[in-house]
Amino acid sequence: MIAGYQKKIICLTGALILVFFMSGVGRADYTYINISNPFLRKVPLAIPVFKNLSENSIDAQVARQAADMLSDALEFTGYFKMLDRGAFLIKPEGPAIKMPGINFKNWTVIGSELLITGAYSMHDNQLEIELRLFDTFKEQLLVGKRYKGGKSDQRKMIHRFCNEVIFRLTGKRGLFNSQLAFVSTGSGNKEIYFCEFDGYRPEQLTRTKHITLSPAWSSDNKWIAYTSFINGKPDLFIRNLRQKRGSIVDRKGINATPAWVPGQFSLAATLSFSGDQEIYLLTGTGKIIKRLTHSRGIDVSPSFSPDGKQMAFVSQRGGTPQIYIKHLETGRVTRLTFEGRYNTQPSWSPAGDKIAYSAMENGNINIMVINTDGRGLMQLTHDAGNNECPTWSPDAGMIAFSSTREGGVSRIYIMTAYGTDQRRLLSLRGEQSNPQWSSNITNN
Amino acid sequence: MWICLSLLLIVPGLLFFTSCAKKTVQSEPTLTQQAAQVEPDAAQDDAAAKLAAEKALQEELARQKAIEEERLQAEAAEAAEAADAADAAGREAMAARSMFVNEDIYFEFDSYVLTGLAQDILVGKAQWLRINSDSAVAIEGHCDERGTNEYNLALGDKRAEIVKDYLVNVGIDASRLTTISYGEEHPVNSGHDEESWAKNRRAHFVVD
Repeated sequence: MIAGYQKKIICLTGALILVFFMSGVGRADYTYINISNPFLRKVPLAIPVFKNLSENSIDAQVARQAADMLSDALEFTGYFKMLDRGAFLIKPEGPAIKMPGINFKNWTVIGSELLITGAYSMHDNQLEIELRLFDTFKEQLLVGKRYKGGKSDQRKMIHRFCNEVIFRLTGKRGLFNSQLAFVSTGSGNKEIYFCEFDGYRPEQLTRTKHITLSPAWSSDNKWIAYTSFINGKPDLFIRNLRQKRGSIVDRKGINATPAWVPGQFSLAATLSFSGDQEIYLLTGTGKIIKRLTHSRGIDVSPSFSPDGKQMAFVSQRGGTPQIYIKHLETGRVTRLTFEGRYNTQPSWSPAGDKIAYSAMENGNINIMVINTDGRGLMQLTHDAGNNECPTWSPDAGMIAFSSTREGGVSRIYIMTAYGTDQRRLLSLRGEQSNPQWSSNITNN
Repeated sequence: MWICLSLLLIVPGLLFFTSCAKKTVQSEPTLTQQAAQVEPDAAQDDAAAKLAAEKALQEELARQKAIEEERLQAEAAEAAEAADAADAAGREAMAARSMFVNEDIYFEFDSYVLTGLAQDILVGKAQWLRINSDSAVAIEGHCDERGTNEYNLALGDKRAEIVKDYLVNVGIDASRLTTISYGEEHPVNSGHDEESWAKNRRAHFVVD
């Protein structure tokens, strides 16, 4: 099995070294997770505590913590059913971590279809982790990786492996390097914050002491655009996250609802300097390239298809706010939503096939998903306060949104793209709203 | 407030000076009597005559002072009366301004159409703007909490713009009017019922 492996060393920032010790499978086979509805049946996965390969004994806490981190991250996706470690049939000296030592029958008998084993060692504060994903029925190694780095790189290493697992099982990159931007009132004003995909390490980005709204990530995650009232009216700020530079669009009226064009340094936004709210295409420095909507009345909230060729937006041209799609090459505009009288906040799935939005019916707002051809309408939230502002994870497997379901206070929640596994993402002071999921951050 | 204060000062002042004036008038005969008494035996007592003359001089000074104060008093009263009138006008202007600022234009849910009542109120606003022709105003557009922030930011913008358009149409110079949308971010009423929502769906005026 290991015979065909090739070694490839990639140097990463933070001295992370990753060794591929198996890439024999040239043709991907995605039978593990059914993409058409992966959440109908969760795949049973066993992750025993990692094995210590160091000569000196490291406290068992580290091994357990690393295994738990891996388990939590994979469980987050909603694809897996994590098996209880108490039911494992493991020898006292710990499980075998690789073939041929592994007795796969011990895993299949407890219902496991997938197994991840881990081993780690510490030498002079250098952490080395090796991780392997097995198909327990086929008795086959699916992914094997070894990571080296500082002790503080542990979380990064684990998430990198999670990305490999998801890629091997679904054919799509995972969400484990992504971040979420959102609005929080924790400081007394609406300010932009961001956190890692799982709500870990929230940080405040803006300190405007005024209303700040609608964060939008560029697809390389280097830029963020948002609307702020810091100069007394709603202006658009385009800001580089690493360097101290950026632009401001502060025309008369509103300068709002930014959305970046995938793969480009340009964005769409709603400007009303003409006296009417229209969507314009802007350069990354805030100069108008062209006007994208041409109808009297409100046009707002653009969201691009992943290829950048189409744009969903909200228009009130039909009398009530509804979602429309503009085909940017032909200029043709089609109406997408016909159910209900108040459909706003479209968010185009990174997989391209669906659009999530929020719909108000009988005074309650819920998250809906519809195919881009107008079919397959699904309501994902039910009877749980107001649910607004859906945003897709970069792998299109999950949706984050804000909800007032607990005590009428708005907080950020997540669910799978099919509406299962709804839970709160993080607990912070104040109210949280307006989540925006980034793409995977590749250069960290 | 000013009027009350000035009245408080003026009324007792007037009373005081009138009584003073009366006293001086009464004292005059006494003076002549004294002079008459002094005259027959003038040589008798020079000192007494001197005293009497001094007293007469002092009384004359007091009399003049009283007259002068009376005049000043009358002047003050006149000024107070004028101030009073000006104040009343000021109060009226103040009331008109506060009505202009505090009377909001209300909208139906998800609408930026001006109702009949809204138009009636705007007629009054236009009148105020004509009288106060050097005032510039900001028109704020607001929404209730229902619906989504982004759409409401646009809707608030529409509401402020429609109000501005109305005022421009009735002859107010557009350069005096600016608009700003706050969407649903600045409710005046924090309740979650129709009564609160109705108060929050508004265009509000701020005088720069």
